[in-house]
Amino acid sequence: MIRVDLPGLMTTVQDIGREGFGPLGVSASGAADPIALRIGNRLLGNPEGAAALELTLVGGSFGFETDTWIAITGSDFGAELDGEPVATGVVRQVHEGQSLRMRATQAGARCYLCVSGGIDVPLVLGSASTHVLSALGGFNGRALRKGDTLRTGPCRPPAAKRLDPTIVERLAPRRRLRVTEGLQSDWFTEGSQRAFLETSFEVTEASDRMGLRLKGCVIESVSQAEMITTGVALGAVQVPPGGQPVIVFVEQQTTGGYPVIGNVIAADLASVGQLRPRDRVEFELVSHGAARALVLEQQALLASDQLLLS
Amino acid sequence: MLQPPNESVATVFQAASDQTLLVSFGERITRETHDQVRSLLALLQQAPIPGMRNLHPAYCSVLIKFDPLITTHERVEHEVRKRIAGQEVQPAAARDNVEIPVCYGGDFGPDLAPLAESRRLSIDDLIRVHSQAIYTVYFLGFVPGFVYLGTVADTIAAPRLSSPRRRVEAGSVGIAGRQTGIYPCAVPGGWQLIGRTPLTLFQVDREPMSLLAAGDEVRFRPIARDEYDRIKAGT
Repeated sequence: MIRVDLPGLMTTVQDIGREGFGPLGVSASGAADPIALRIGNRLLGNPEGAAALELTLVGGSFGFETDTWIAITGSDFGAELDGEPVATGVVRQVHEGQSLRMRATQAGARCYLCVSGGIDVPLVLGSASTHVLSALGGFNGRALRKGDTLRTGPCRPPAAKRLDPTIVERLAPRRRLRVTEGLQSDWFTEGSQRAFLETSFEVTEASDRMGLRLKGCVIESVSQAEMITTGVALGAVQVPPGGQPVIVFVEQQTTGGYPVIGNVIAADLASVGQLRPRDRVEFELVSHGAARALVLEQQALLASDQLLLS
Repeated sequence: MLQPPNESVATVFQAASDQTLLVSFGERITRETHDQVRSLLALLQQAPIPGMRNLHPAYCSVLIKFDPLITTHERVEHEVRKRIAGQEVQPAAARDNVEIPVCYGGDFGPDLAPLAESRRLSIDDLIRVHSQAIYTVYFLGFVPGFVYLGTVADTIAAPRLSSPRRRVEAGSVGIAGRQTGIYPCAVPGGWQLIGRTPLTLFQVDREPMSLLAAGDEVRFRPIARDEYDRIKAGT
């Protein structure tokens, strides 16, 4: 059992997500940085998509009521186990009665507290992930609160001790997000299409797991045509009437009606999960072929035996 | 009758992202395209495409999400074409007629009175127009269990609010353009709210989870506040 002594800013149970329920209006949700989740689980010998705690911007404090192993991945939240620093990307043994304290992030938006056996919550539509907006899944459909206790799955010896730093470097989050062309790219003026790719945008405070609202040059439409509501892809860069783009993210609406100027490629979605308010991002246009090569390359790194060091 | 999608109503395939393919049947909201969407959805659910991960149906289109490690746009398109071509005409799926009780106006429908005034209708007339029509559930989308119903009479069509509400309560019935819909849970929303139903639209531990399914026919029944409270207490 893990006891929540301080919940942090927004700590939720997340796994790899809940695909397949789009026809009910249910989006996948899941870890905002699935790369961090997957490598944490690999270190511990868990199934890659096992549920962990996703911490956002400001950590919390967690008491362990059992002996286990943990791995913290993603951004560095200055974790300390009974006052002793715990680095990210290493496996650490934890004893009953110990307390893990996480501070504010030092870079990036999220870290994952992965535990041997995973976090054990009832699966909703086949997944442990929390969809905060609709209060579905995870721990009672909500972010954790002080006093909550979480069960963990059966503990097992970890698969490794730490991660290969060169591979971790190659998987590191990017600020220059690669996009493929949006279905409505030609709805925007040529100047605005250029500005989208040549200027940077700031992530605003009004960003969450549903979408990241950006601030930058105003993107102007050629026409005032109304779009028919259509399925929305994860990572779509929508442009609502104000001309300020929104990156559609993991707790996305399944359908929507704003024109899309670009779409973040699958390989760069985990990077979106590490963007903080006031971070600046840029967009770089790539072909579908290039996007495919990049996701295959990323997968090869994630699945490689060389990633894990003992 | 549930019509099979066919190539004569040009089916358009577009890469929406590096892991999604949008299959569209024109750009108009009609019963025919709706039937094509439902039919394609049923085909893909009965005979899933290798590597398919999710489906997002809408008025005239289905967005297919796939695993880019397993398949490609070209292969998914090929598989969709194969399924459409090889399809036999299916019997029309039974459509349910569902009555949704709605308590109109007041706190439940803050936009009812202003909307009636702007359309030069009495409140009772607006309620009558909204509740006498039979609507089709076109699809579920946006958030879990949100139903898109169409189409409302031109006389009561209403634009979206220029600035969406930060919180719309569960059960709220709204109008946006010629669509009407029901919010299943409390979320931000920009549709004009005219009333609220005491029924629970979506519940994961219920079978079926959603009270309404695509293709259902829906009629709204005006109820008074005490009946709303009674039904609400019973659910």
